[in-house]
Amino acid sequence: MASSEDDGTVEEKENNNKRRTKSALATAWLTFYNIAMTAGWLVLAIAMMRFYIQKGTTKGLYRSIARTLKFFQTFALAEVVHCAIGIVRTSVIVTGVQVCSRIFMVWFVTNSIRQIQSEESVILFLVVWTITEITRYSYYTFNLLHHLPYFIKWARYNLFIVLYPLGVIGELMTIYAALPFVRRSGMYSMRLPNKYNVSFDYYYCLIILMLSYIPLFPQLFFHMLRQRRRVLHGEVIVEKDD
Amino acid sequence: MSRTTFFEVRVLNGKTKEHLCFLDKVEPYSTIGDIKSLFHKSYPHWYPARQALSLDPKDKSLRDEDILQNLPVGTTATMYFRDLGPQIGWTMVFLAECIGPLLTYLLFYFRVPYIYSHRYALTSSPHQVVRLACACHTCHYMKKLIETIFVHRFSHGTMPLRTIVRNCSYYWGCSAWLAYYINHPLYTPPSYGELQVNYALFIFMMCELGNFSIHLTLNNLRAEGSRCRRFPAPTKNPFTWLFFFVSCPNYTYEVGAWMSFSIMTQCLPVALYTLLGFLQMAIWAKGKHRAYSREFKDYPSVRMAIIPLVL
Repeated sequence: MASSEDDGTVEEKENNNKRRTKSALATAWLTFYNIAMTAGWLVLAIAMMRFYIQKGTTKGLYRSIARTLKFFQTFALAEVVHCAIGIVRTSVIVTGVQVCSRIFMVWFVTNSIRQIQSEESVILFLVVWTITEITRYSYYTFNLLHHLPYFIKWARYNLFIVLYPLGVIGELMTIYAALPFVRRSGMYSMRLPNKYNVSFDYYYCLIILMLSYIPLFPQLFFHMLRQRRRVLHGEVIVEKDD
Repeated sequence: MSRTTFFEVRVLNGKTKEHLCFLDKVEPYSTIGDIKSLFHKSYPHWYPARQALSLDPKDKSLRDEDILQNLPVGTTATMYFRDLGPQIGWTMVFLAECIGPLLTYLLFYFRVPYIYSHRYALTSSPHQVVRLACACHTCHYMKKLIETIFVHRFSHGTMPLRTIVRNCSYYWGCSAWLAYYINHPLYTPPSYGELQVNYALFIFMMCELGNFSIHLTLNNLRAEGSRCRRFPAPTKNPFTWLFFFVSCPNYTYEVGAWMSFSIMTQCLPVALYTLLGFLQMAIWAKGKHRAYSREFKDYPSVRMAIIPLVL
């Protein structure tokens, strides 16, 4: 009898140990990830500033940072995995939507449609993204290390009020500028008749995506506002039940 | 002579904790359904289907069949109320979800003006498979309508209004999307011709019959009274023998029907719709399978949720 009880507590201790090592591993990985991303976006910011200071113009700026941008923005897919496996307590859907919209902009708009790479709206959203990401990732890093300076917390939960709408404007203007080039080249599109009886028009797809910002942007914006009230003012927000 | 102790029920708003209603002289054997009816008298716009009562604001809501006496409360029960929003009966929901696709598809089949180029308005497709597809699609939804009216017995009474809008947009929208391509003037018939169409048609009909048999079987199960709960089992009907392998053969047959429809029409949007339907039905099947396994100790272990031996 006594031995089986001992086995029980030994198993419990083993499970607890496993859980503790798993969470220590998770924290170590997340810390590394956030430091790496902060560094990456800092590099981007500095590269952009250097280019502008040296050349005095924004023409060609996108091309010079394209590879770095693509690398670090695509790496952000890891955040969706973090939410899915539970080491970060955020909704998978919210993170998924935000990361997907970024990946879409980088790979399917600015990367594929060369003619818009010198537009000012591209610079606008790049600057917005850079500031937002540096603030966000440094916030996570300091949070994980339990040494969060107030100014970073303040920046994370206040700057978005200005940056988020500016970023959306930049993205929408870029997609709008890309429309005529997409129409002319017929890229990523498939017409009837074909063996599988399907058609896809990238031009109309882009228009629908632009329209989808109308319902999606307010939801994400108000989500951030609710987070802000909770974190900065300690208010308890009663969520609407579904 | 025993004196029945009457209960008193105090209803508070779950969010604001304000006092809403005080019911006294409540019979100890009353159910939550009875209490909801009493509450409805004081607040006529909150009909019982819209009310969610629970013993704690954060708890799940109590079931209508729960008896007041059996709840962990003293003689004065405090309950928290939550408004579930306008509700629609399940039968209405199913009817709306079936009539939409049926009629939408027909709009495209008859090439109502302004859908395709005006040269093709009100013409009909020369391909036999397109006529066949229309017949299959229409029969599929007619069968669903008949089942909703005569066969199904729904356990939950209602569904929130928001959900019906979302579900209807999905079903009606997808039906329009499929119908657009199948009835298009530039439609390409299947690569393997008659052979492909006939085989797919045969499998489609088998799956529809199978799906209907399963619904009848499940209905009979419910008819035998709710005292003794049993899990569904194969009967003499060969279509129900899928119960040996799967907990939810109705979903299996439904996926089979849509797969054969997509092969019959050789249309990628239909295949994508089938995939989406499969994903949703797999989630439902897994939930049901888990519920069965938990409730019945002698549940056959060889059964999977939706795909025999796999899922």
